Amino acid sequence: MTIAPTVPHGKSERTDGARSGRLGALLRLRELPVTLALIALVVITTIANPLFLSPQGVKDLLLNATIVMILAVGQALVIITRNVDLSVGSILGLVAFGTGTLFANVPGIPIVVVFVAGMLLGAILGAINGILVTVAKVPALVITLGTLYIYRGINNSWAGGTQYFAGDRPEAFGSLSVDTVFGFPLITLIAVVVIAIVAIYLNGVRAGRDLYAIGSDPDAALLFGIPVSRRVLLAFLFNGVLAGLAGVLYASRFNSVGATTGTGLELAVVAAAVVGGVAISGGSGSVVGAAIGALLLTTITSALTAVRVDKFWQQAIVGMLILSAVIIDRIASVRTARKLRISEARDV
Amino acid sequence: MSNHTKQSPAPAGPDRITALDTRLISTDKTLASVPKGRTGAARVFLGRDAIMIYALIVFVLYASIAIPRFATPVTVGFLLLDVIPVLLIAMPMTLVIITGEIDLSVASVAGLTSALMGVLWAAGIPIEVVLVVCVLAGVLAGAFNGFLIAVVGLPSLAVTIGTLALYRGLALVVIGDNAIANFPPELTAFFTSKLGGTGIPTMMIPVAVVALFFGVLLHLTPFGRGLYALGFSTEAATFVGIRVARAKFWLYVGTGTVSALAGIFWTLRYSSARSDNATGLELTVIAAVLLGGVSIFGGKGSIPGVIAGVLLIGTINFSLRLERISDVVLIIVTGTLLIASVVTPNVYAAIKAWRQSRRLHNTLPQVPASGATNATASGVPERK
Repeated sequence: MTIAPTVPHGKSERTDGARSGRLGALLRLRELPVTLALIALVVITTIANPLFLSPQGVKDLLLNATIVMILAVGQALVIITRNVDLSVGSILGLVAFGTGTLFANVPGIPIVVVFVAGMLLGAILGAINGILVTVAKVPALVITLGTLYIYRGINNSWAGGTQYFAGDRPEAFGSLSVDTVFGFPLITLIAVVVIAIVAIYLNGVRAGRDLYAIGSDPDAALLFGIPVSRRVLLAFLFNGVLAGLAGVLYASRFNSVGATTGTGLELAVVAAAVVGGVAISGGSGSVVGAAIGALLLTTITSALTAVRVDKFWQQAIVGMLILSAVIIDRIASVRTARKLRISEARDV
Repeated sequence: MSNHTKQSPAPAGPDRITALDTRLISTDKTLASVPKGRTGAARVFLGRDAIMIYALIVFVLYASIAIPRFATPVTVGFLLLDVIPVLLIAMPMTLVIITGEIDLSVASVAGLTSALMGVLWAAGIPIEVVLVVCVLAGVLAGAFNGFLIAVVGLPSLAVTIGTLALYRGLALVVIGDNAIANFPPELTAFFTSKLGGTGIPTMMIPVAVVALFFGVLLHLTPFGRGLYALGFSTEAATFVGIRVARAKFWLYVGTGTVSALAGIFWTLRYSSARSDNATGLELTVIAAVLLGGVSIFGGKGSIPGVIAGVLLIGTINFSLRLERISDVVLIIVTGTLLIASVVTPNVYAAIKAWRQSRRLHNTLPQVPASGATNATASGVPERK
């Protein structure tokens, strides 16, 4: 997007715009480090083990990444508003178990209805988070830590020892994560469409842009006239919908759903978003970056297996990646701050 | 970025002045309506901590009467053994959260210590050396967090999510899928032993020492009092001469060290060293600390309140378990308590603010709409 020429206080942008061409813009992309890391990882692994990029290998890779990708996209929406949602693993678990229950107890239920029901349940759970955060004005970290426990507890008491297996679900539903189009699994294509929609919303729609403003400075956003509470609530609600979708897809992808489905997923999801360049302090990052971050984190697992590195190293490497992402983010923001200071000093 | 959309609804000159005026008015109102703080005994007996302690006492009394097997030495012993890891880590965590930061890596440090302990012991190293090395590992793990957060200046939430994965990963690297269980029997017996017939575990003595240490550090030393200032405003704390970076660094060393102690306790209590020991404990600890009255924004909270919070969660869970309510459902209680404890004061404050502003509104009925700034600014202090 371009800056309107009549902007009265936009002097600082002028110097930026004059100097940076397309290359500069590309180099400043927040998604760049994670994308480069992903490419490097895939290239090195493929050289070491050519089977890594075989059709089956790619399919497995994408199948493993899909669910975390959708969750990371939802999480990015929330993190951009300077909040966080730790309850996504529990929401996914509840919806996945709900999906299993629907298929087992309502014979012949159309798959579309199940998808809608799952996303609706996710929306309700996400909205509860959002309402608690915006109405009670309590930090999201605390509220969603609480709902993480509550939703998981509800799942536990609902499921008890019950588990639903793939056999209870129609074949067409399971084949969503088996069938491929041009080598891409169907559920991955669903995820890509969702990511594209959210990306367009965040980049091109006013309400989406507002999320960035809220994350950069909530007080300023409020003074500016942005309905902060409503937007934050919306971000939580969307995140719930996406977690619901991920829950339904989980039931399609994995054999069993029960009381503990999705436990401990929340930190992996936040990590994926952070690795993908979404700043934990809000206001910057993109959903595409978050999705690539999720892809990178799941690819590492497969890559380590492919090059026969001890699988026990995997989590340590994920930890180091998160730390490097945070450090890269810090360096970038320090540089931006310095550049802004210099250009503003010049303008005075 | 679309700058033009941001520019369009910018208020014109006169509008902006009115907006400024209303803001001034509301500032005056809040200044006038700040309730006087409690002092003396009322402050001690009606504060947030005291309420937590009353809640704990009431619940313990209720449980002793209503639940048949509750008031027995066996129950007390198992209850306390169960809460010790949370109680230990909650102490330094209180200080960290009071400064407005957070440490999510504590459970992973405990897991790493546990794994290290198992491997070193299995390699035939004397247990005293093993214990020292484990504590040192905790110190190092904490110092690494502290370096990244205090010296490099990275956000603690992001850093400790990273080290949460890193330390748990290192635990896996160290011990893999193995579990080591053959620790010296006299040592594991000591860790689960009780003080005479009271049922109180012997380990409560060192835990009490740790709690006392952090309690004195937080409440009675200039360093500890400075942490509150730090939690309210880092900049202000810098100006009054608190060395912010150094304070934060040592706090993370503190959480690392105590987490290592909790890891050692965990290993010897269950006499099993595994890489997944204490997984997920970080959220339990943070839930307990927040329930104990520490504000996640920093600047508020106390050690007695947190101890009461930890014990309250532990007692409620244990008594529900005695009532044969399944363990897995109990986490609903933890979650509800957590949310209720943070939402209730806010709702209460909101109601109080609303009543205050209404009263103010009623006492100043005929303030004209224009020039309101002067009227309220001069009128309100006189009324007091």
